[in-house]
Amino acid sequence: MTTSNSTVPAQHGMAEHSHGAGVPIQIRSARLRSADVADFGPVSRVEEQYRYITSERLAGLDADVLDEYIGDISIKHPEGVTTAWVGSEHPSFGAAGLPEDRPSAAAWGSAEQAYLVTLPGDATADCEVQIGINSETETPSALHIIIDAKPFSRGTVILDHKGSAVLGENVEIIVGDEAEITVISIQDWDTSAVHNSAQFAKLGRNSRLRHMVVSLGGKTLRVSTSAEFTATGGDVELLGMYFADAGQYIENRLYVDHAVPNCKSRVTYKGALQGDKAHTVWVGDVLIRMAAEGTDTYELNRNLLLTDGARADSVPNLEIETGKIEGAGHASASGRFDDEQLFYLQARGINEREARRLVVRGFLNEIIQKIGNEEIESRLSASIEAELERSGS
Amino acid sequence: MAILQIKNLHVTVETEQGTKEILKGVDLIIRSGESHAIMGPNGSGKSTLAYTIAGHPKYTVTEGEILLDGEDVLEMSVDERARAGLFLAMQYPVEIPGVSVSNFLRTAKTAISGEAPALRTWIKDVRGAMDALKMDNTFTERNVNEGFSGGEKKRHEILQLELLKPKFAVLDETDSGLDVDALKIVSEGVNRAKEANDFGLLLITHYTRILKYIKPDFVHVFVAGKIAEQGGPELADRLEAEGYDRYVKA
Ligand SMILES: Nc1ncnc2c1ncn2[C@@H]1O[C@H](COP(=O)(O)OP(=O)(O)OP(=O)(O)O)[C@@H](O)[C@H]1O
Ligand SMILES: [Mg+2]
Repeated sequence: MTTSNSTVPAQHGMAEHSHGAGVPIQIRSARLRSADVADFGPVSRVEEQYRYITSERLAGLDADVLDEYIGDISIKHPEGVTTAWVGSEHPSFGAAGLPEDRPSAAAWGSAEQAYLVTLPGDATADCEVQIGINSETETPSALHIIIDAKPFSRGTVILDHKGSAVLGENVEIIVGDEAEITVISIQDWDTSAVHNSAQFAKLGRNSRLRHMVVSLGGKTLRVSTSAEFTATGGDVELLGMYFADAGQYIENRLYVDHAVPNCKSRVTYKGALQGDKAHTVWVGDVLIRMAAEGTDTYELNRNLLLTDGARADSVPNLEIETGKIEGAGHASASGRFDDEQLFYLQARGINEREARRLVVRGFLNEIIQKIGNEEIESRLSASIEAELERSGS
Repeated sequence: MAILQIKNLHVTVETEQGTKEILKGVDLIIRSGESHAIMGPNGSGKSTLAYTIAGHPKYTVTEGEILLDGEDVLEMSVDERARAGLFLAMQYPVEIPGVSVSNFLRTAKTAISGEAPALRTWIKDVRGAMDALKMDNTFTERNVNEGFSGGEKKRHEILQLELLKPKFAVLDETDSGLDVDALKIVSEGVNRAKEANDFGLLLITHYTRILKYIKPDFVHVFVAGKIAEQGGPELADRLEAEGYDRYVKA
């Protein structure tokens, strides 16, 4: 495995990554944000947002107008949690962020109403909300969800995506002052599904968000997660796990914006790939603005390539505008399956198939174990089993 | 009574310079209960022999055979060999991130005996074997070989030897990198396992110090891909005094 580990020293101006040919150097904070799809040009390789994705892959989600989502939305929640459909005049609509690319803007403008889920301030840690999104509609459609975690609230919100939809989605996550919540987005679609999801989190004073993206099934899965601190003492953990098999494309884009002092962020994404043309992309942008003294951040992405013909792109970007930080680092590594590990396990009587599973499961375990919810942990373990089973390894 | 026969074994490996023959006709017979020591200079092919017995894919057998109770070992996959009763304690055990020792041991035991061990006795067996090897019980929660010291890795190999109960065990420099105390603990572990299961032992080593604890019935001098001489325990003492010069020159 090749590993690059670096802790970027304090005085550091701009991003240190190199762009591909033709991609203009751009400061991350200068990127366009708009709710209007007309402000965004076509999906093209020239722009950083679309460096890896193609319009073809997006299957219509980059059009000007999408249908409104008409699939199922099921919800399970304890008493005290409220739900409502709200229009763009509602104060929570757009409170956590604005689109940064064309598919997100297309979905924004096409979903007239947003599904608002509110966790009240007295919600306790065992408050679990399950939102099931299940659709077989293959015309490109738009969905907007807002999770409003009121100050001091606790709880977990699970977004569970299933079916064969072509879905453009925006998810806003408002984390009130002193709130501590977990949001898990599971993409467990059928093989034909195309899903572009932009998830925006805005964190209040001393609040904590643990956000997790689990991408398993679907033809094209592109999830962009951004977290913005609005007051000091915020703490965000962005976790991700993905398993791509033949022909599947999974892209995860992360953006953590440290705009205020003394906030902490951790980004940990792990992916396994197997099969011909399995392709994953991970882009991790972290911006530490001038004012964000005392920032503590670390991001990591690891990919395990189980077979030939799979490709993992991994691009960490760290922009640091102040020297007065606690720490900032990143690590990124993509490696082939280690045959010596396989040999070791087989030499103890474990057959090849099971040995591979042990290694893959072990690799992804680090993420799964952080969920802190046994039901979901075992469901994900089972899904990984099924993935391994499906590709017959 | 089991028997492991190695006959006229020739083995090559692919190198950047092309195919290279490393084993050049090895003959060796090991029976249950016997202890064989193999000594020889660096690069003479000792690990190659060990890996070839275990079935490492890097090595190609071009001639000869390996038989376990008459069964063709070379036809078997790596895991089939282990299930047939062959065990290799590795010179450099690899780390397996995210796989706990307890999960690994249970999976291996289940694979080898064909059924999951009864939980209560299994935990007791593991604990007992670990205590005897002076391994802390917290090792079961750690990931396989991850962050283990050299000595801890070797104890972990011998722990597996005790728990998996093979018919034949090949120990590739299990004594290297051990301090005096650890050497004694590990050797006693090997002797305990051998007494319990009466396996045939092939011990690869550079030093006679381990032979003070594990008494070999036969000593083989391994030079340039074959056995250059064999004898009893006294041969080891002579090697220690004289080195391999006269074999290498010959
Ligand atoms: N994959 C390989 N590529 C190239 N050469 C190899 C490879 N594997 C083994 N060799 C060579 O084969 C020879 C025998 O190696 P082997 O590891 O079996 O020796 P050894 O007797 O175990 O040595 P040591 O005492 O140092 O452990 C060496 O010259 C080694 O460099
Ligand atoms: Mg060796």
